Order: sequence, then structure tokens, then C-alpha cells
Amino acid sequence: MNGLDDTPAGDVMNASSPLLRRLAALAALAIGAGLAAAVGSLPEPPAALPRQVAAFLPASGVRNPVTAVLLNFRSLDTLLELAVLVLAATAARALSAPRSVAAALPPPDPVLAAFFRLFAPMALLVAGYLLWVGAHAPGGAFQAGSVLAATGVMAALTTRFAAFGASRWLPPALALGPAVFLAVGVAVAGGGRSFLQYPAASAGGLILLIESAAALCIAAALAALFLECLQGPLRGPAADPPGGPR
Amino acid sequence: MSALLYAVVGAVLFALGLYGVVAASPLLRKVLAFNIAGSGVFLFLVAMADRVRVPFPDPVPQAMVLTGIVVAVSATALALLLICLLRELSDRPREAADDGH
Repeated sequence: MNGLDDTPAGDVMNASSPLLRRLAALAALAIGAGLAAAVGSLPEPPAALPRQVAAFLPASGVRNPVTAVLLNFRSLDTLLELAVLVLAATAARALSAPRSVAAALPPPDPVLAAFFRLFAPMALLVAGYLLWVGAHAPGGAFQAGSVLAATGVMAALTTRFAAFGASRWLPPALALGPAVFLAVGVAVAGGGRSFLQYPAASAGGLILLIESAAALCIAAALAALFLECLQGPLRGPAADPPGGPR
Repeated sequence: MSALLYAVVGAVLFALGLYGVVAASPLLRKVLAFNIAGSGVFLFLVAMADRVRVPFPDPVPQAMVLTGIVVAVSATALALLLICLLRELSDRPREAADDGH
């Protein structure tokens, strides 16, 4: 049928030879020792970059230097990183079986479901707090997105709530992150400013807007990846059980 | 001083992961080993960030690690799905032969 069928599973998954293992151990040992030695002999760190961050922090719209780097000074990196997330989630969606998540799950435990109903509002509150606090303390879109994703996974595992319609609302949430990021980046450009160069006066609000969309996008991507893994891979017609549709 | 210790531990983790990627035979172990190597890189970057204190630890490596962790998690999930798919595909010839064409 195709090239993959000609390759037996054994060729891909067989044990590596002892010689290869020994060579790998030697190489890893040498690289590890070299890296550790290099760490010991590092020159004094050039402090130019953190000084620049400190100097431009007041103009960034946030007080947390990490958020300033992520969402202002190097926002293009973060935009592309969101694109990578969307790409990974989309690829996983393409590879996974198009069956409902609910079919892959055991029936929900009523005690767990009741616990989740108590837990969910607190988790959402924590996610919102992390998103808000990112402007002046450790926190931000990534942390909030992870908490939201964990809440979504718990919802899928303990109730049937997230299992229904997840495939319908996850893609729009995924697209929201890069879309809002791009829209803001294009909207602030012009008048001497380049793409993603926010005006200092409104930078704080714009960063919060982007972070809110990014948190939803990250949460959707992580939850989608979990659910796709749960659904398992695509099944070809040959994998149907005997007596199946044939 | 502790920054140096963490950086050395990061280098050791990277070497361990590298060995696992080459020497481990099951694909799942390779993926796990890759994650260990990645954690070593993250630890190294964070340790490097702590060497500078003017007036806060260098935020640029911290931002890189923050995005890197999320990318690593999603790439791992994709890799796991690909492993499942590979297993599914490599089981096919036998089942097709059982059908007796």
C-alpha cells in the first residue's frame, strides 16, 4: 500500500546494539564533562542585556521584567511561539481518531464530578489572578493558560462537560491567540512605529489584551493535545476488527 | 555559587538525556530522554540568568525557558501521538495478511 507497510515494526523499535550503547555513553560522558568544564570557566556575564531591560522597563507598560521581555521587547518570539503551539495542536488533531472523547473515557465518577464542581471556580479564579498579576509579579499568560488547561483536562476526566463539543470550540480558541496578537501588532504599526511596537501610553492595556487571548490559546492547545492523545491515533480501514465495515 | 551548581546539574541532565536519545530502544523512552535533555537546557538557562543581578536576574533566558517549556510539552504530546500512529501502522500488514487476500 505505502512505504510504511514495508517496514516491519521490529526495524523501528528493535534494541540498539551494545556497541552503539557504549559509543553513546562515551559521547554523552565526553559532552557532559566538556559542558560542565565550560560552565566552570565561563567569563563574567555581560550585563548589557538585563541593563537594557531595566532601562526600558518603565516604557514597557508592565513592571515584571519577564513579562516585559515576553510581550513587549521580544513579542515577535512569543507570537511565533504561539504559532508553534497552534501548529502542534493542529497536527495532533489531524493525526488523532475522529471519535468523540467521551467514548475514550470511563463513565464519570459522581464523587469526582462533585469535587470538580467545587474546584472549578477556584481554578478559574487562580487562572485569572495569574493572568492579572503577570504585569507586576511572576505570572502571566503561560501560567494562567496552564492552569486553565489543567481545569479543562479535569473537566474532561471527571465530568462529561468538556467531552461534548470540545472539538467545536477548541479550534476557535486556538486561533484567538495568534489572531489577537497579530491584530494588535498591525494596529499599532504606522506613524513611525513598526510592527508590534506598542505606544508607551497604552502598552499595559494592549499587553493585558494579548495575554488574555494568549492564555485562552495556550489552554486550548494544551487541553486539545491531551484530548487528542486520549482519543488515540487515526485508524485505517485495515485496522477495523473482523466483521467491521468492509 | 549555587548558580554554578545548577548549571553543572543542567549539563549532566543534558548528557544523560543525550545518551537516552541514542541508546534507548523504545521510542517512548527516546521521547522521555529528549525531555530530560531539554530540562537540562532549561535548568542551565535559568542558572545562567541568576548570574546577573542588575537589578534583577536576567529576564531574557527566563522568558526563553517559559516559552520553551510550553513548546516542549506540546511537541512531546505530538511525538506521543506519532508513536501511537506508528504502532497502529506497523500492526497493519499482519492484520491485512490475516484477512487472507
